[in-house]
Amino acid sequence: MTEAGKPARIVIEAASRPALAHHIKMRHDTARDRWVLLAPERVFTPDAIAVSVLQLCDGNRSVEAVAAQLAGTYNAPKEQILADVVSLLQGLADKGVVKA
Amino acid sequence: MQTKPTDSRAAGLAPPVGLLAELTHRCPLQCPYCSNPLALERAVSELPTETWLDALAQAADLGILQLHLSGGEPTVRRDLEEIVAQAAKVGLYSNLITAGVLLTRERLEGLAARGLDHVQISIQDADAPNADRIAHYANGHAKKLVVAGWVRALGLPLTINAPVHRQNIASLGKIIDLAISLDAQRLEVAHVQYYGWALKNRQALMPTRDQVLHSADLVETARERLKGVLVIDFVVPDYYAVRPKPCMGGWGRGVINITPSGKVLPCHAAETIPGLAFDNVRERRLRDIWVNSAAFEMFRGTSWMREPCRSCALREIDWGGCRCQAFAFAGVAAEADPACQLSSFHEAFTRVAEQEAVAPAPAFAYRNPRAGAQ
Repeated sequence: MTEAGKPARIVIEAASRPALAHHIKMRHDTARDRWVLLAPERVFTPDAIAVSVLQLCDGNRSVEAVAAQLAGTYNAPKEQILADVVSLLQGLADKGVVKA
Repeated sequence: MQTKPTDSRAAGLAPPVGLLAELTHRCPLQCPYCSNPLALERAVSELPTETWLDALAQAADLGILQLHLSGGEPTVRRDLEEIVAQAAKVGLYSNLITAGVLLTRERLEGLAARGLDHVQISIQDADAPNADRIAHYANGHAKKLVVAGWVRALGLPLTINAPVHRQNIASLGKIIDLAISLDAQRLEVAHVQYYGWALKNRQALMPTRDQVLHSADLVETARERLKGVLVIDFVVPDYYAVRPKPCMGGWGRGVINITPSGKVLPCHAAETIPGLAFDNVRERRLRDIWVNSAAFEMFRGTSWMREPCRSCALREIDWGGCRCQAFAFAGVAAEADPACQLSSFHEAFTRVAEQEAVAPAPAFAYRNPRAGAQ
């Protein structure tokens, strides 16, 4: 919220602590063998990378910590991962899927 | 337990994603654009609780992810709590589509506690007197704003649904502001679709082409300004379109509708098409209906198509548009949707809208069992 009381766009940074928005449910869709993000009137189908990012976004971990963990898991440069994760989460925040 | 269908048609047929559960046709509001059929189903014919609970379990087993609890006004049903609890139990994302006016805070708390995922409240205008005039319900707008406040206070996500037409479209900017002030996460600006009561009231509701274009600009600007704050879904009216909408995402492709008495429909207006026989969830398993019922098979895929749809490059994009609109306007449900410029009915279709939009608006035929019987 800004000073004027108007809601502001969520900006994802390295220090942000993102989580799924309250009204979004992520679950495994058994009938189609895939992960889905359920929102009102929408079903998002995150790819495997997005799923592994979102599974780490618990509202406590920072984006930096998420990126560090994934960099370890995938043995990839942390800076690159961090940039990708920020970009992914910003896109999801703009769709109302992620809060921070 | 559900057994797998043996019919070969099951192979290659994707499961449905959404279930529109019309729990009742009873509603305290009388909006003239209601999409319910003119022949409203009566309370005595409504499904008992246990049939709904079983239908939801079958729906989840079939692969359905989203449950829209609708009507009529779903909060009229005293067993809504049990239905919501069952949705949560079987893993359906539950969306309560309500006018709000019958809810108490205690009842909403109870629904939230039973796992309700989302609430969608309709508004008729941002201007209270006009909103109450359209709904034909005194003080309804003020009550809706109170209920929207409860929804957010309980931590439930909120969508504001605003059907727009010539008698409220001038308020669109204020409707967007209202959605923000109510702390909604999503706003649905839905140009009225002309089925059921809306078709009966088309002359009183049809906007001009300029009004439609202006509303689209306004939504586009607001979307950019409100990115990450408010998601705005915009349903366009198709009387001024050049291509039809992929109605229901294609007949029998993604959505199942169950009426208050248990009839299973490919879309909520499907009963307007003569000659279709609908199965009832009291008598046949949902999976069997989805895969095999004659009504779902009738316009599924592309094999039913005539020209210009049959050879059209977009036939698997728009699926020929809307069967109900084709029947209502062309008299044959297998014709192309007249919203398509390739339809031989398209010019006449557009002309109807252009003429009605500038003619004096007749009085509303308010949606109630009496007016439907006329």
